[in-house]
Amino acid sequence: MLQKGGAFLLESVNPADVFTPEDFTEEHRMIASTCQDFIEKEVRPKNEEIEAQKEGLMRELLLKAGELGLLSADIEEEYGGAELGKLASIIITENISYGGSFALGHGAHTGIGSLPIVLFGNEDQKKKYLPKLASGEWIAAYALTEPGAGSDALAAKTKAVLSEDGKYYILNGEKMFITNAGFADLFVTYAKIDGEKFTAFIVEKNTPGFSLGAEEKKMGIKGSSTRSLIFEDAKVPVENVLGEIGKGHVIAFNILNIGRFKLGAGVTGSAKKAIELSVKYALQRQQFKTPIAKFGMIQTKLAQMNARTYASESVQYRLGGLIEEALQGKKSGPEIGKAIEEYAIECSISKVFGSEVLDYVADEMVQIHGGYGYIQEYPAEQFYRDSRINRIFEGTNEVNRLIIPATLMRKAMKGDLPFMQAAQALQKEIMDLKATVPEDDGKPLYTERAMLALVKKLFLMIAGQAAMKYMQKLAEEQELIQIMADIAIEIYAMESCILRAMKAWERDPASAEPKIELTLAYIYDKWPNFEKWGREAMCYLATGDMLATQLAIVRRMTRYVPIDMISLRRKICSRIIDKENYVC
Amino acid sequence: MNIVVCMKQTFDTEAKIALDANGKINKQGVSLIMNPYCEFAVEEALRIKEKHGGEVTVVSVGGPEAQDALRQALAMGADKAVLVDPGMEEVDEFTTATILAKAISGLQYDIVLGGFRAIDDGSAQVAGRVAEILGLPVVNVVTKLEIADGKATATKEIEGGSQVLEVALPAVFTAQKGLNEPRYPSMKGIMQAKKKPMEKKTLADLGLDAGQVAPKVKALSYFLPSARAAGKIIPGEPADAARDLVKALREEAKVI
Repeated sequence: MLQKGGAFLLESVNPADVFTPEDFTEEHRMIASTCQDFIEKEVRPKNEEIEAQKEGLMRELLLKAGELGLLSADIEEEYGGAELGKLASIIITENISYGGSFALGHGAHTGIGSLPIVLFGNEDQKKKYLPKLASGEWIAAYALTEPGAGSDALAAKTKAVLSEDGKYYILNGEKMFITNAGFADLFVTYAKIDGEKFTAFIVEKNTPGFSLGAEEKKMGIKGSSTRSLIFEDAKVPVENVLGEIGKGHVIAFNILNIGRFKLGAGVTGSAKKAIELSVKYALQRQQFKTPIAKFGMIQTKLAQMNARTYASESVQYRLGGLIEEALQGKKSGPEIGKAIEEYAIECSISKVFGSEVLDYVADEMVQIHGGYGYIQEYPAEQFYRDSRINRIFEGTNEVNRLIIPATLMRKAMKGDLPFMQAAQALQKEIMDLKATVPEDDGKPLYTERAMLALVKKLFLMIAGQAAMKYMQKLAEEQELIQIMADIAIEIYAMESCILRAMKAWERDPASAEPKIELTLAYIYDKWPNFEKWGREAMCYLATGDMLATQLAIVRRMTRYVPIDMISLRRKICSRIIDKENYVC
Repeated sequence: MNIVVCMKQTFDTEAKIALDANGKINKQGVSLIMNPYCEFAVEEALRIKEKHGGEVTVVSVGGPEAQDALRQALAMGADKAVLVDPGMEEVDEFTTATILAKAISGLQYDIVLGGFRAIDDGSAQVAGRVAEILGLPVVNVVTKLEIADGKATATKEIEGGSQVLEVALPAVFTAQKGLNEPRYPSMKGIMQAKKKPMEKKTLADLGLDAGQVAPKVKALSYFLPSARAAGKIIPGEPADAARDLVKALREEAKVI
């Protein structure tokens, strides 16, 4: 049974029902290895030239990628695509991430650039553009952001007015920070018709009245082209309206969901590579006549990097599996968009969680490299700079945190999720929490599963009380929303770790060992946060005796028996050192 | 033009080699790839097919895991695969070549290709033995291959240069690095690969029994190369240092 979006907060799920990287098909594995080979042999040797934005290079590489079918996983066969499905699509994204700026150009082209046409284009538009986008003959870009409209995308000022002869829309305005702008052939652009109806347009680069601003000088991903788009009475043919007039936001939000989901896969790939490069360096770098990989502090870092990346990978593919299954048999764009929107909460989690894991991993990668980590000759420096944008684009992590509780509340209001009922039921059982813990089934991670069931109740308690106290004004309580989002994200991450380890265990207990270790290392590292968040929320929501009672409940819900993390991390690190790579 | 490619699955070039408790090479958790020299052979077969038409069949001897390597060849563009599982732990070049020759003799072929050696045991014997059993001419370490009018012109590496040979088909050729640059399996190729035929055979299916292919060579023991000892720098003026070096080579290292 396919779990509904957001339902993980209210119920448990059977390990057999989640997708894990261990479930990859032979094709999935071959796709991953083609991507890795392609990046290693075609892209990495040119990294310096890419970073310097050598004229024509990005297009040349994208064209090569197109020949292999790496641009068209999401495009149907009848339009020249490889039609591989969403799982294969994120496997590609994950495995080309080491391409750095190339991966970004690829993502902007295949994801946000091409997908609006794939999902919402009419037959003529699909026939005209998709084969060229699939092959890489044409490159796409996506233009939503404006100087005054970032997170608040619908505040866009770009205006479209129908020409007198009714053949064109005349666009005026400016778009900012557009990836691939310098060499793209078409731009999916949003503008408000008559200043009101938010609508998407396909704008070709040779459109009269359309021009590009200067190349931005960025902190990282320097090889990707980022420029502004300038519309001065730009004449866009009426047949280039994408989707329905006034329904541009539907396209924009759907594309954002997919963009977040794919971003999660990309950052997971980068984190895995960062671990590989870090452990190889740590083994080769000697200080005090000892490879630094032998030192406990370095081992702690490597083990933590790996545990968090394991969590991120488990999250991404669990969501990938959900979306792949939800899309079974769905052909029309709006239908596909809606099926993905069901998992808007998970898409935001995947983005926020993955990008923050990568940030941590890239930071420690620099640290492990010491002085060399600060020198451009070593890859750590670029990893560090390049990772930072992931917390900002595709909706800042702050906006994505807002989305998580907001979407949940909306689903509750619409009756899609029995959130209110669960919150009320909790009131009754709250004094007898132990009874809600399942019986020991002899399977691994029993204690942690029981702990997780309790923090799901912590989420319900905080969200329920916050909703009751602030009602419609909850959106103004951003600090509370952040706490709710953080708890939800951690629950999803920990649960994904557990489910993956258990699924592996059901198949072969021996192969599950590293996964169980990583799950423990992840959970016990992050667990103390729950009590902290619970306290912060309760101290704001309640006072006096009520507060004392609530704090006692929080304590009971988050109580745990600590484990020996030092030995655990050493064990994990010995596996990493043995494999000289990310382990799971 | 029907082309048969003999191929082998080997350890990844980056795999760490370790011995297990019984002193055998530990295969646990090692990632496996298509032998890189076999990849050249597959690529060459595909190029010949693209130019002259025909069919490419890849043949391998190994356990079920070898299917991955065969599937990769199918994803690159080969038409069908044959995997013979000998069902035995220890094989030698005689075993493999006998099985391959038997499997190939049941196929239509004008050209048989293979890697000139495998990166694991590096014996470079199998293709030559197959040619011998099938009664075919063989050209080894080929870096260029042209096919025309039922004949092949092959350039092979020889000590200090190259040799160009003309040979009548059918014939066996073994690929050396430089023959070509193998393609990546494309997404379409990967998706089509699972629809292509993969025949799995046992020795009995080929009309062989274990006795006929029993290895003639037995590996007595395996050992890892000893770790390299730290180097030594001899200080001083060139003339003095040279004298000390000769002395050290004679008295300490005892190599001269």
